[in-house]
Amino acid sequence: MSLLGHLSLWLAFLVGLWGAITGFVGGAQHRPDLQQSARNATFALFGALLVAVISLEIAIFRHDFSLQYVAGRTSRNLPTFYLWSALYSGQEGSLLFWAAVLSLFGALTQLFTSRRHRAYLPYVAAITSLVATFFVSVMLFAPANPFQRAAFTPLDGSGMNPQLQNPGMVFHPPMLYLGYISITIPFAFAMAALLTKKLDADWLVAVRKWTIVSWLFLSIGLLIGMWWAYVELGWGGYWAWDPVENAALLPWLVMTAFLHSVMVQEKRGMLKKWNLALVLGAWLLSIFGTFLTRSGVIASVHSFTQSPVGYFFLAFLVVAAIACAIVYIKRLPLLEAESTLESVVSREASFLFNNLLLIGLAFSVLWGTLYPIISEWVQGVKVTYGPPTFNFVNIPLGLVLLLLTGIGPLIAWRRASTTNLRRQFAVPVTVGVFMLLILLVAGMRELGALLAFSIGAFVFGTVFQEFARGARARHRQYGESTGFAVLQLLSRNRRRYGGYIVHIAIVLLFVGFAGMAFKTETEATLRPGESAELRGSDGHLYTFTHLGISQYNALNRQVTAALLDVRRDGKDIGRLRTEKRQHVDALGNPTFEPSTEVGIMSGLRVDLYVVLAGLVNGTEQAVFRFTINPLVWWVWFGGFVLVIGGLIVLWPGGVVVAVKGSKASPAQAGYAVKLEAER
Amino acid sequence: MTAGTKFALGAVLIVGSVGYLMASGIKQTGQYFLTPSELAQRVSADPSFYDLGLKVGARVVPGTVSKETATQTLRFNITDGTVNYPVIFKGLPPDTFTDSVEVVVEGRLQKDGVIHATNVLAKCGSRYEAVPKA
Repeated sequence: MSLLGHLSLWLAFLVGLWGAITGFVGGAQHRPDLQQSARNATFALFGALLVAVISLEIAIFRHDFSLQYVAGRTSRNLPTFYLWSALYSGQEGSLLFWAAVLSLFGALTQLFTSRRHRAYLPYVAAITSLVATFFVSVMLFAPANPFQRAAFTPLDGSGMNPQLQNPGMVFHPPMLYLGYISITIPFAFAMAALLTKKLDADWLVAVRKWTIVSWLFLSIGLLIGMWWAYVELGWGGYWAWDPVENAALLPWLVMTAFLHSVMVQEKRGMLKKWNLALVLGAWLLSIFGTFLTRSGVIASVHSFTQSPVGYFFLAFLVVAAIACAIVYIKRLPLLEAESTLESVVSREASFLFNNLLLIGLAFSVLWGTLYPIISEWVQGVKVTYGPPTFNFVNIPLGLVLLLLTGIGPLIAWRRASTTNLRRQFAVPVTVGVFMLLILLVAGMRELGALLAFSIGAFVFGTVFQEFARGARARHRQYGESTGFAVLQLLSRNRRRYGGYIVHIAIVLLFVGFAGMAFKTETEATLRPGESAELRGSDGHLYTFTHLGISQYNALNRQVTAALLDVRRDGKDIGRLRTEKRQHVDALGNPTFEPSTEVGIMSGLRVDLYVVLAGLVNGTEQAVFRFTINPLVWWVWFGGFVLVIGGLIVLWPGGVVVAVKGSKASPAQAGYAVKLEAER
Repeated sequence: MTAGTKFALGAVLIVGSVGYLMASGIKQTGQYFLTPSELAQRVSADPSFYDLGLKVGARVVPGTVSKETATQTLRFNITDGTVNYPVIFKGLPPDTFTDSVEVVVEGRLQKDGVIHATNVLAKCGSRYEAVPKA
């Protein structure tokens, strides 16, 4: 099997190169035969990489420990559920996974791009093949070959890191990878548009859906990653500004900026240079993030072993950045704006500010991630840019951005009149101020949280008002019931109303983030029967009583579990269980360090979060850390709403929104036009 | 003033505040990240490095770890090969903490020559991969 896998990597390498060459040459010389060949190459590339992936999976499932990769990451007693995820749990396998998924996207793009955008496809094929070939070449030449044979075949593999043995492992990396990888498609279209000089906004249409696809996958990946960190790592939070988290956040921020600024180009023919730069930048950041996490230049909980792979990525990044810059600068004269900004009190201006803030955020995150390196160069001493610094910088920026989330969708294009402002903002502003007063009266004094909640209420007010107005208009015109009218709004103008739902999700996320300002924590050493008390920010007193310890062997681990009785103001509300796990190999010898299973009781207002830190000298006396995390549930709920909103935007069908300057019919049905006309 | 100028003013304001936030954020919350040797050097040159919040990256000296689970106190020595510092930490060490791991100790060096840690992070070269047993 491993021979087949190895051979198919070589085949993929050759086919990929062929696809890249024929795509570029066929595109430049308008040769249909070469263009067809490039298109076929994307399918062949996918086929070859699929064979490689299947070969590796077969080796993993057959416990073929003659492969270094399989022996280093799995063992005979690894639960089957986690076996297949060994494919991407290590450096070599994840490179293969990446190349294979990219080739799949490349092939799908060739199949499903509408006829109108055919002209871009040869270059798109060339670029996706080239990028995938780069990943294959890293595997072959770095070398980071998943099919590398071990010097001898061990009886059993060394197993998978216990912290990866969580359902999150099955979903988080693939989702994040899908997001990360699919950025290459909008990038390929942007480059194709630059190379073909077809920059008449047609590429925007071609690229829009792909951008939302990768934005959505990235969002899901980030959210599952947050959830995983929360339930698995046991430090009581979900975001630590770890370099790898930041690396995934960077392209997300840039793509969020693009999803907004693209509307300005559609409506007003402005920001052409900016939009192209955002797409190129998001992709370069994704490669940069890969370099960061694979080279070991920055320490992180996610880091892979230090390896020459990093240099490959650095070299690729530099070459790609130079190539992008050259092509981009050459085409700048073709990217002149069709109109200019008329007023700063307008939707385009608010989108511009939104973009500046998002890019500012991205820059501060990038700067903070690199700060240890930068400060060592400049000052000769490493200065860390830790979570407090990130929060110091990013919380204010995030709050202003949240405010714009409310302003942007309501303010008029071109120039907002005072009437427009009053009509659109009177109610939401009142809601926000009202919320602020209630919280102040209730005794809340945390500035950041106060602002987050009141601005959140304001944004919620704007979205609610939009839905109410749209539904009322439908009710008046078609006599639809309110519920039905809301559904019609959603299905008629998915992009707009799906976008509003995403905005609601952002509010929910901010509410959850703000809740963390009120977390309470205590540590206690308890004998069975003893209890610890902790007051939550919801005002209730929680009592945790240690009931006892049980120890037993499970499939591939020895478990030490503590059971706790939980009371709220003296009333029994259930039990919590937290574990220490020592993973073992098939012979019962310990592997890895012990890991912790957190006990979580989740509620709308607070999460009770208990970690078993250890036993005192092997007795039943145990050390616990109790944390009461307010409003965490709202982060997960917000994430769910965000995905729903994104899916509504993406769902095929509905009304095609025309782009300024494109050949598509300019008909725009639904209430977007009607409401705009009212302004 | 044209809309373009007004926008430019707004843009300058945003970029300026991002820059200002980053600069003052580093000033207020940034911490030195030193090796034990660097720390020893700095302390002898400038005593204000005592009782200053900082991070020290080093290796735990094998055999020096003592745990009192009852008071949750952890004592160990760290070294970079030349300089040795004792560390005292009250709290829960991470799962990956052992007596030969690389750690980042966050805390203050007191006049008594002991680093009073507020946080201990265990650095593991490759959390994704099995640690080869020596």
